[in-house]
Amino acid sequence: MIIEGKVHKYGDDINTDVIYPGKYTYQQLTEDEMASHALEDLDCEFARKVKQGDIIVAGKNFGCGSSREQAAACLKYAGISAIIADSFSRIFFRNAINFGLLAIANSEAAKSIENGSIVKIDRDNGIIEFDDKKFKFSPYPPLVQSILDDGGLIPHLQQA
Amino acid sequence: MGQTIAQKILANHSGNETVKIGQIVTVIPDYVLSHDNTAAISKKFARLSVDKVKNPQQSVIVLDHTVPPSTAQYANNHKQIREFVELNNIEHFYDIGRGICHQVFSEEGFALPGTLVLGADSHTTTYGAFGAASAGIGRSEVAAVWATGEMWLMVPQSIKIIISNTLPKGVSSKDLILTIIGDIGADGALYKSLEFYGDTIDNMTIASRMVLSNMAVEAGAKFGIIPPDNKTDEYLENRAKKRYISIFADDDAEYEKVLEYNAENIVPVVAAPHTVDNVVPVKDVAGKKVNQVLIGSCTNGRAEDFRMAAEILDGRKIAKGTRLLLFPASSKILMEILLDGTVEKLLSAGAILMNPGCGPCLGAHEGVLADDEVCISTTNRNFKGRMGNPKSFVYLASPYTAAASASAGKITDPREFL
Repeated sequence: MIIEGKVHKYGDDINTDVIYPGKYTYQQLTEDEMASHALEDLDCEFARKVKQGDIIVAGKNFGCGSSREQAAACLKYAGISAIIADSFSRIFFRNAINFGLLAIANSEAAKSIENGSIVKIDRDNGIIEFDDKKFKFSPYPPLVQSILDDGGLIPHLQQA
Repeated sequence: MGQTIAQKILANHSGNETVKIGQIVTVIPDYVLSHDNTAAISKKFARLSVDKVKNPQQSVIVLDHTVPPSTAQYANNHKQIREFVELNNIEHFYDIGRGICHQVFSEEGFALPGTLVLGADSHTTTYGAFGAASAGIGRSEVAAVWATGEMWLMVPQSIKIIISNTLPKGVSSKDLILTIIGDIGADGALYKSLEFYGDTIDNMTIASRMVLSNMAVEAGAKFGIIPPDNKTDEYLENRAKKRYISIFADDDAEYEKVLEYNAENIVPVVAAPHTVDNVVPVKDVAGKKVNQVLIGSCTNGRAEDFRMAAEILDGRKIAKGTRLLLFPASSKILMEILLDGTVEKLLSAGAILMNPGCGPCLGAHEGVLADDEVCISTTNRNFKGRMGNPKSFVYLASPYTAAASASAGKITDPREFL
């Protein structure tokens, strides 16, 4: 699978409260409503400027904090196709995969890729392309690839 | 090569003799925890072609996050959860008023040495204080465990932390764990298991140990394990929900690193806005005006925490222009501090007593801050917007420091009061 999109770049320790504030966590909102609150407390312009297929690039420990799955869900509903970070918080990483959102930890790519640029990801072969540079990452094991292909853990289990 | 506690618990929950670091194993957790998010999880569960929860005894559900409900939507969530509980014959259900899930789970004897617990809440790490391997997972994953009884996990590396000697007067386990997080960073234990050792831990109460395990996740940890001992067994006597076998690390277990701390050198600290690893001595921010003080939560809402606050506030008043909110972690704790006079001392000082529950910690339904207001809190997160308003500022501290700051109306070193 090839993913290509425009980059929204953020810093280190982007936590789940700024991605999806706690005040919405126990409200059962629609996908569009959730998308409209994505990254609300970090970048209030994000929901307006994000386009389908865009990519987030960030520093270390992306998604730290709460276990709220909506942090991954709201980004997916906002149109984000992949997140490349220096590192991910453990629960966010699981939530992203389980929501069918590609999450790739790659320090070099996370440092080099510039805000607003176009990045191409070859998921199955583990290659990120930016400018003239190529960054390699370990492709996911078949189980994780199939969860991503099915659009997340719940649809994956529905098909099992 | 020997095995860590995390390796041993993951091995014996996945049918393996031993497991390697980095190995992915399919485990059957002893318990899976959920709270108000059970309403949303049950909708995910309904999408799976499964009639009922596979093992209702595995599920523990506690309503705590938005209790009592402040909106019709929250009330409807609770109603859906009660219906789900009834339909699936879930026996381990605790309705609003019993307390915060992590405290209730522990008091009711589900948190046991050698067990594996997964929960749809990041502070599920708390049960490490009883020698359990316990970690947060997402909502989809809980739905999957309800359907199948099992989940995949990666075997983590472990970091050993050894703490020696006695914490000085006015310094609590909250100062210790904040100091550690400040040193190693919010990602210092990312995907790793922390194991805590040393005579400081041996001499700590169960309540103080729970603070360490609870906050382990704020350094990114998967588990925050304290080897069980006589105190653990005493706490669990007449309480444990089932028989347990304590698990200890082998002498030659492999650790990624070993960190050593001298408790005598720990001073009162705060985590300043807006990250938990932004830790500085209280003296560096002393004098900062505070509008609201919170004492409570799954981190510091136990009887000893309120007694620490009462030690400071007995015979004193909170400063004019400062609000002090108390939210005990459980109904049992509330009863205990009512009967021993702690509540009376705190209310006499001007505190507001709230019902047991998550309270204002997560900004979902009460105790929200106004623009530009400052809160000093014994909770676990100070992220921007955490308490419901991105224009406010949260400092994390011990109950001693919170109480001293309530009395002075500004951030204050508690040692001045003791």
